[in-house]
Amino acid sequence: MDVPALLTSDDLVALALTAKLAITVTLILMVLGVPCAWWLARTRCRWKGGIEALIALPLFLPPSVLGFYLLLSMGPHGPIGHLTQWLGMGYLPFTFGGLVVTSIIYSLPFVVQPLQSTFKGINPRLIEAAATLGASPWDAFVTIVLPLSRSGLMTAAVLGFAHTVGEFGIVLMIGGNIPGQTRMASVQIYDHVEAMEYVHAHWLSGIMLLFSFLVLLALYTLNADRRDLWGRS
Amino acid sequence: MRHLVFWVLFFSFIKTGTAHAGSVQVAVAANFAGALDLIGKDFEQETGHRLVMASGATGKFYAQIKSGAPFEVFLSADTATPRKLEEEGLVVPGSRFTYAIGRLVLWSSKPNYVDREGKILTGGNFDHLSMANPKTAPYGAAAMEILKKRGVDAALAPKLVQGENIAQAHQFVVSGNAQLGFVALSQVYKNGQLTSGSAWFIPDTEYQPIRQDVVMLRTAEGNPAATALLAYLKSPAALNVMASLGYRHE
Repeated sequence: MDVPALLTSDDLVALALTAKLAITVTLILMVLGVPCAWWLARTRCRWKGGIEALIALPLFLPPSVLGFYLLLSMGPHGPIGHLTQWLGMGYLPFTFGGLVVTSIIYSLPFVVQPLQSTFKGINPRLIEAAATLGASPWDAFVTIVLPLSRSGLMTAAVLGFAHTVGEFGIVLMIGGNIPGQTRMASVQIYDHVEAMEYVHAHWLSGIMLLFSFLVLLALYTLNADRRDLWGRS
Repeated sequence: MRHLVFWVLFFSFIKTGTAHAGSVQVAVAANFAGALDLIGKDFEQETGHRLVMASGATGKFYAQIKSGAPFEVFLSADTATPRKLEEEGLVVPGSRFTYAIGRLVLWSSKPNYVDREGKILTGGNFDHLSMANPKTAPYGAAAMEILKKRGVDAALAPKLVQGENIAQAHQFVVSGNAQLGFVALSQVYKNGQLTSGSAWFIPDTEYQPIRQDVVMLRTAEGNPAATALLAYLKSPAALNVMASLGYRHE
């Protein structure tokens, strides 16, 4: 295996950076997504529809368009820019942190929606039974809901992860293509294609495809019970 | 029913309206899209031909043309890509020429920010300097050439942000996220003057001229609209439009 000759050192940096971004984003998405989806699955609040719509909204805008508006709002003239500056964080565009924030917005529906439908499928009587036996809501959630939702959790994590890896338009717009900071593998492939370095593009794409296939293969193999991708039985 | 008759007549009218004139399918580099928009309107009025235009990155068009895209005329942002297509036999022989010479400008949306000699580059008193990707965009390569010539490329490297093309490099500055950037003069210039902000009009001696070549592709053989468009690009009217947007010609 003579990989370094086929991949440039920039390619390897971009791959490592992509993995770092995807792992960071997935962890944060799961921490945010689980309580959010649990609340959405159980609430009768009249704002529920509006919140669901808001979460799904990024799906409707092309990534580079969404990226453009995030660039405007996170910049020195935008409301998010004013806020981050006031908090002493500086401006988000052209930073790794900025990419984490945009990726979370962009990938949130891919995590919340499968989780929500999984949680909805859990029989509420199980939780009531746990409560009558003296379990606190937290105990019931950890010992009953989470184990029953294993496949839904996995699906959500994989979709969030994969979606972040494959992100392109937003990364390009918010990142500014800075090597080692915001130049992700997807952008690197695009650069190779644009520069007509097709061999490098093929190799990098091949590695990303193989990686994605292995992740999905692992998901479907490890998902012992027969649920579909969205966690339904 | 009356509506139906109306629409049938309406559409048949449109069809016959354009039937006697041809149409030409054009791929144009992003930096020249605005110029071709203006030139195209005059061209359509004068010749009766229709111009259908797609704008984008030169490298992307190369890949699409190689894969059989139906473009008939290709206005590239460089000379290398049309020459490559020519070598690969996808171009009508003898059709290639330089239609415009693009000019680079160091621009900020803030007035009185960029000085007239570009000394701000050595001062380095800014957070982000935007430019097009030097690897893929000719305007980016020219920008890098200037930074190297001034010996500030290494010092400014951490402040560089790259747009995938010159349009994105421009957006980074317009949105205020980069304080200044190397953009195409045509993006910030109209009727012979700067539309806003401040700029260093970089002398032509500072970088290799950004020659932009056009070619007629094999798909256009026998299409009079394509021949007419290539001829029109050399007309005084077209050259005037280009000059008013800051392009030079040979």
